[in-house]
Amino acid sequence: MAILADKDTRVIIQGITGGQGTFHSQAMLEYGTKIVAGVTPGKGGQKVNGIPVFDTVMEAKEAHDAIAAVIFVPAPFAGDAALEAIAAQLNPVVVITEHVPVRDEIRLIHTAKRQGITVIGPNTPGIITPGAKQKLGIMPGHVFADGPVGLMSRSGTLTYEIAAGMTYAGIGITTAIGLGGDPCVGLTPIEAVKLFENDNDTKALVLVGEIGGDAEERAASYIRENYDRPVVGFIAGRTAPPGKRMGHAGAIISGSTGTAQAKIKALNDAGIPVAEKPSDVARLLQDVL
Amino acid sequence: MKLLEHEAKDIFRAFNMPTPPGGVAKTPEEAMNLAAKVGKPVVVKAQVLSGKRGKAGGVRFADTPEQAKEVAMLILGLKINNLSVEAVLVEEKLDIQQEIYAGITIDRNKRKYVVIGSGSGGMSIEELAEESPEKIVKLYVDPSTGFLPYNAREMAIKMGFRGKQINKLAIFFLKLWNIVEAHDVELTEINPLILTKDGRFLAADARLNVDDNALFRHKQMMESLKRDPVEQNEREKLATENNMAYVELDGNIACICNGAGLTMATLDAVSLYGGNASTFLDLGGGADAERVEKGIEVALMYPKVKAILINIMGGITRCDEVAKGILAARDDGDITVPMVVRMVGTNEEEGQEILNKAGIPFLKTMEEAASKVVNLAKEAK
Repeated sequence: MAILADKDTRVIIQGITGGQGTFHSQAMLEYGTKIVAGVTPGKGGQKVNGIPVFDTVMEAKEAHDAIAAVIFVPAPFAGDAALEAIAAQLNPVVVITEHVPVRDEIRLIHTAKRQGITVIGPNTPGIITPGAKQKLGIMPGHVFADGPVGLMSRSGTLTYEIAAGMTYAGIGITTAIGLGGDPCVGLTPIEAVKLFENDNDTKALVLVGEIGGDAEERAASYIRENYDRPVVGFIAGRTAPPGKRMGHAGAIISGSTGTAQAKIKALNDAGIPVAEKPSDVARLLQDVL
Repeated sequence: MKLLEHEAKDIFRAFNMPTPPGGVAKTPEEAMNLAAKVGKPVVVKAQVLSGKRGKAGGVRFADTPEQAKEVAMLILGLKINNLSVEAVLVEEKLDIQQEIYAGITIDRNKRKYVVIGSGSGGMSIEELAEESPEKIVKLYVDPSTGFLPYNAREMAIKMGFRGKQINKLAIFFLKLWNIVEAHDVELTEINPLILTKDGRFLAADARLNVDDNALFRHKQMMESLKRDPVEQNEREKLATENNMAYVELDGNIACICNGAGLTMATLDAVSLYGGNASTFLDLGGGADAERVEKGIEVALMYPKVKAILINIMGGITRCDEVAKGILAARDDGDITVPMVVRMVGTNEEEGQEILNKAGIPFLKTMEEAASKVVNLAKEAK
């Protein structure tokens, strides 16, 4: 088992005719993802990487019985693309696009929430379930191995770094979720913990956080009260100066909130060991598994 | 994008939100003329994108136009938080009955706009939250309805207003909400919003940050501002033009990586081994050789740099492209300080072969690379 994506997840790619959409749908197909259709308004009837393209999400869904959507649509139109996927009741909706206006994010997140649909991102590498050979995103599949650990993270390459270290140490994952690097994202760390909690194959969790906001602190207190399997943490940005956006829109220390120190303390207080370096995550996991 | 007070107030007035009479001056003489036009005692305020202008001497009062000229001269020579004051706002000094706080921002956890008010304005909202949190009223906006008139009245009442003032203040909050929606504002504050002795509400200050990701929807506003969205030095400009995330720091090791999280973690690793980073440079996803070369060029323009650490975890970024970029930079004679390369992931072997042939050493782990670059930076001092 896994969460959010398994072997039966039939995927549509929105923005499949664009550069990113074409490149990554090919990479997904090579990994094993069950892509059944693509959507680009005005390009219905074409094919990309052998995948039929439709003008609307609803047409694509009905023709191919799709379940989930992955969105590569450029930022000015990504919010609308997500609302279209939500209206077609696709679930989960994975928004890879970076630089989506926050007003659009708030709207799409709450529209999905009211309908019980999970939005991953925006600004996420996506989700991957190695055991089912399914990736709904842009991560390099080969660094992830199948195994018993759930992985959630606010960043992309740092997740690959940590996953590669785990794979090298012989520790695989059930599912890895990129939560997204923006201040407002669909799936929060607490909600991700709850999803993993309901998955019996997930025996331990890795929580990769970074400066900005207090979502890690909230997840830590949820874990302390409710989650009894082992958790290992990593927090990026110990040396980041306040008031500067460190690459991600959400990675900013505002006043005294959002520091790595506060997050590390909250995790430690919840009994979660926090790795000093990415490579220490695998070592800490070996201790608890 | 942060707007200056006078730019924000232009937008406020376009939404019929009252501000004190006055105008912007770039010279002491202009300040004097504006004060004469106002015809009453004025306040002269530095127009810089920095908080705590008052404490830095950037806000002064003047009873006469001549005094306004004198204080404008003082303020126009100031540097506040390293920003030189290029203009001042000259406005009527209001007859204050009460200072109020009004603001709207985004709550990251609830993923909603939150409208914030207090009958005790003047001090910063952070200080107020520390001192008397009970005086702060908050309302989280329902994304399906937006901020409604009854929400605004409820806030005014909770802030302690009664009678006619309830509606007057509610209208103020509603206008602020309209501005937030119309301009993709991620943070706005009026502090203080003044209730005058004759019962009027006026925005005495204005802070307005527009979502950078939404600027494409606000071309007209951008044109009317006649300036770049942010003040940047030449290195920052070059990085932005090339879609790289770039932050300058106090140390001497430039960290060039792919991905924001990995770059932050690399800075942290450098610190763990006793070094200090000069540069956060995230090449972004899928960087090609040209982009890598450009990244090295940008990092080396910063005089503090004594060593470079290139840390690449190949995903969509391919190691052979990275290697080609490093090689090109070296062959152009660009690399003037010691460099450490760590490169793994997609097309790792091809990339390593390119570096091997060129005689450029590389490492396989972040730890080795961070510890080595710290030593090289120490030797370079």
